[in-house]
Amino acid sequence: MTEPLLELRGVDKSFGPVQVLHGVNLKVYPGQVTALVGDNGAGKSTLVKTVAGIYHADAGEFFFEGKPVTFNGPKDAASLGIEVVYQDLALCDNLDIVQNMFLGREAKTPTRLLDELTMEDRARQTLASLSVRTVKSVRQSVASLSGGQRQTVAIAKAVLWNSRVVLLDEPTAALGVAQTRQVLDLVRRLADQGLGVVLISHNMNDVFEVSDRITALFLGRVAADLKTSDTNNSQIVELITSGRSGSIGISAATANESA
Amino acid sequence: MTDETKTPAPTSASPSLAASDFSGDSANLTLGESLRAYVDRVRGGDMGALPAIGGLVVLFIVFSSLRPDTFTGALNVANLLVQASSISILAMGLIPVLLLGDIDLSAGVAGGLSAGFTAVAIVRHGDGWVLAVLIGMAVGAVIGLAIGLLVAKLGIPSFVVTLAFFLGLQGATLKLIGQGGTVPVRNDVLRGITIKSMPVVTGWIVVIALLAIYAGLLFWRQRRLAAKDLHRPPTSLVALKFGALAVILLGMTAFLSKNRAPNPLIFTIEGIPYAVFLVGALMIFWTFIFGRTGYGRHIYAIGGNTEAARRAGISVDVLRISTFVICSTMAAISGIVSSSYTGNVSPGSGGGNTLLYAVGAAVIGGTSLFGGKGNIRDGVIGGLVIATIDNGLGLLNQAAYINFIITGAVLLLAASVDAISRRRRSATGT
Ligand SMILES: Nc1ncnc2c1ncn2[C@@H]1O[C@H](COP(=O)(O)OP(=O)(O)O)[C@@H](O)[C@H]1O
Ligand SMILES: [Mg+2]
Repeated sequence: MTEPLLELRGVDKSFGPVQVLHGVNLKVYPGQVTALVGDNGAGKSTLVKTVAGIYHADAGEFFFEGKPVTFNGPKDAASLGIEVVYQDLALCDNLDIVQNMFLGREAKTPTRLLDELTMEDRARQTLASLSVRTVKSVRQSVASLSGGQRQTVAIAKAVLWNSRVVLLDEPTAALGVAQTRQVLDLVRRLADQGLGVVLISHNMNDVFEVSDRITALFLGRVAADLKTSDTNNSQIVELITSGRSGSIGISAATANESA
Repeated sequence: MTDETKTPAPTSASPSLAASDFSGDSANLTLGESLRAYVDRVRGGDMGALPAIGGLVVLFIVFSSLRPDTFTGALNVANLLVQASSISILAMGLIPVLLLGDIDLSAGVAGGLSAGFTAVAIVRHGDGWVLAVLIGMAVGAVIGLAIGLLVAKLGIPSFVVTLAFFLGLQGATLKLIGQGGTVPVRNDVLRGITIKSMPVVTGWIVVIALLAIYAGLLFWRQRRLAAKDLHRPPTSLVALKFGALAVILLGMTAFLSKNRAPNPLIFTIEGIPYAVFLVGALMIFWTFIFGRTGYGRHIYAIGGNTEAARRAGISVDVLRISTFVICSTMAAISGIVSSSYTGNVSPGSGGGNTLLYAVGAAVIGGTSLFGGKGNIRDGVIGGLVIATIDNGLGLLNQAAYINFIITGAVLLLAASVDAISRRRRSATGT
């Protein structure tokens, strides 16, 4: 098996007295979709934000292409080519689509001013490649978009950059059937281009259709890390709900301790 | 899971196909489309500068019909513009703070204290006006830095920090100037900002040159956008807006170029007051900063969604501090202009209505108190509205209580419009 693009080892994260992540290991391979599944509150979003550099891990090691790295701020992750589509989308309602897509990484003219022409051009190309049909104008404010359109803008924002790893936190939650199809196709396409993709989803059909590996989180612990082809729907559901399934999963004692 | 599902979907891979999917996005708007887009924006609660400009027109009609002999005279109009200048400068300084959803209640008295330092530097220490102004602005900047640190680093609400500064800074001014005392502004340049006007010929040259440069920039931008087929307003609309601006500016220049002295045979008072150019220069500068630089873009982003801005790697705390520094430094300039008009600085300078007028100006101009929405020019347009009300009511010789009630009502009206349009924004957005 190839070396993981991104690897997390033993990541702990607490908010005050509440420990949310317990020694989490995660491997993201190039060209593969890793599905991250778990019940609400299992710690999926927290894990993603730790990789993004928004939260600082209390313990644990991070490796990118085998080399140890640290994530002290959002720029660290971005500079390694790690992009995140957040569950809450993280869009500014008062800015337009182009301005949101380039937020914090604006294209500049040689005189250090905003290069609106380049940004609008690239935003339009990226959106077009995602087949966004219903957007009236890329200069529309994000406040005027529907839930699905906002989600698409958030995804477009992540694929605009030449990223190596893309983490998508429930990207299809607000989408209709057709748009969900498009996002799943996109997820697969990104992986086929050699990116490491992490997909968080509650929809088991989607997970099984698109993923190569599945990592199940149970109350902040990794219950299992399996190849999608080696497991099945009911086993994953069991791992999500009780943390174990047959011989795999975390021991009952550990599960109770963290409950 | 079957193998087929993992093959990349061929859809939307080719640009030509994608472009057709994207046909809804028209870059070149017609006049009708822009009008419809504007109506959409108004429905969504964003009215831009039009209500304030409309209000200004109504106020001019009302006051000139009530006081036809005095209100529309060139002498009064010039005076009105000078009255508006210190309000507008303070309002422009407040707008970055308001964009982040913060408030600076101490800006008025910070301006008073800064102007006090400037006047004292000239009168007591014999400093030149340049150094004195720099001292005043530095005092403003330090005040803003202190407020910003307390708000951003300690997390005290700006309302509370600046209320404390509102009281404390008045004490500092009292200590500097002394109970019951005043410090005169004894410098021809500083006095000249508000009591002198630019020579008529120079004034014409500056106004025409500015209009020519602006027209050139608009035309160039339009050409570049068209060349890449990017989103742009119709050229006819750009020309229409520019035409209206040119007519107003040239008309005002002609109007103020007449001799407006009460006794024209003995005195000559003509030309545009220097204060108007100062306001114009500051407006152009800050509009540029907030419209064309990454810094300005990030300020808007923080005002729209602080967490999203932080996740985009923007240093939220540093930028929040910077808005308070801008605000207090602009307040210092406003205070100096105000002292130029009154001729002195007293312990009460910058107190009273000063701050309320400036906040009112920003809000009337269209800046939201909830953050994220507003433009630098709002401060100038709103400042003109406030100064017109103040000036017109003054000419009507109403009892002072009526002025207070009317000005308060106008401020409340503007804030209501802001609150209602915000509700509309969140109702139309999802
Ligand atoms: N900023 C925070 N402060 C305190 N607790 C948090 C914070 N973020 C998440 N949590 C807690 O961490 C746990 C995991 O949350 P989250 O990562 O959002 O779960 P998931 O995304 O898997 O649904 C939850 O119990 C949640 O209440
Ligand atoms: Mg979550």
